Amino acid sequence: MARNKRAIPEINAGSMADIAFLLLIFYLVTTTMDTDKGINRKLPPFDEELVEDPPPIKERNIFTVLVNSNDQLLVEDEYLQISELRVKAMEFVDNNGDGSCEYCQGYNISTSSDNPDKAVVSLQNDRGTSYGMYVKVQNELVAAYEDLRERYAQEKFGRSYRSMDSEEDKEILKEIKLAYPQKISEAEPLNIGG
Amino acid sequence: MAVIKKKKDKALPAVNTSALPDIVFMLLFFFMVATVMREVDLKVTVNKPQATEIQKLERKSLVTYIYAGAPRVKYQDKFGRSPRVQLNDAFASLDDIQPFVIQEREQKSEEDAAMMTMSIKADKTVKMGLITDIKLQLRKAQALKINYSSNQPKDVEALYSSEN
Repeated sequence: MARNKRAIPEINAGSMADIAFLLLIFYLVTTTMDTDKGINRKLPPFDEELVEDPPPIKERNIFTVLVNSNDQLLVEDEYLQISELRVKAMEFVDNNGDGSCEYCQGYNISTSSDNPDKAVVSLQNDRGTSYGMYVKVQNELVAAYEDLRERYAQEKFGRSYRSMDSEEDKEILKEIKLAYPQKISEAEPLNIGG
Repeated sequence: MAVIKKKKDKALPAVNTSALPDIVFMLLFFFMVATVMREVDLKVTVNKPQATEIQKLERKSLVTYIYAGAPRVKYQDKFGRSPRVQLNDAFASLDDIQPFVIQEREQKSEEDAAMMTMSIKADKTVKMGLITDIKLQLRKAQALKINYSSNQPKDVEALYSSEN
């Protein structure tokens, strides 16, 4: 009994730091920190036999974007720089040709789209187009829609669209997305300058 | 007095390191939480394109990666310099994509399989021909949610310069 009452010697914790360092270095080496970010897209389903006729779309409702193998842009039969694409696309979607869109601020040009719901952006690239350019064009087209939605959100709700929470503001987001539905269609790539 | 002082100077008290393990453990936990295990050994060079409208991929378990780019220098004798596809740890052909997607899908639970996202990590110099072929294979495999992996540019203006 008397023996047990003796003070237990302290455990030597001197090597604790070494062990912790070892673990730390292991984690530093085997893990990565990069978060994955990117442009989300949806692919159309693949159907081999079903080559149904696409529903007719009026020429004025199609915004054609062509990218050739030299990474040059042809937008609505016009040579364009990538920096001008966003504004062009916004003007097209926001045109409000038939006057049915109350929140649009477009110029009512007769050769541009009827309303945002009918407007379709058609993107076609060459097999020789670089992936970097393709992502840039996609980015500008998505940005055009995002900017329009942002403006709509600011005017109607006085809030920023980009900062909205996908859970809390589900209904609002739905309405905004319905106001400017993102319609980007991709055609089979050409093979000219492959 | 002088003698005593000299003695004291010589025997410096040891620095108290009892808090060192705590500090290191703190760092360790930070790294354990903030990082993820490196999954694959990249065999192709991937210099991601830049974009501003990017979204974060929230759940890592739902994401499957497809890499595309020119083989790294040490693999160039064997595989050449033209861009290739990499799945998991090995070079793959386009025909391998469909079985790969199906296999990945089977490993996930049913509700997760519907949410599966394919992240295309491709070098920005890769030609669209290869990317289009990958996309066609993904469509055939019914993997329709894709993500073009890109970086946020530090300088947005640089996006529009002709070099990039």
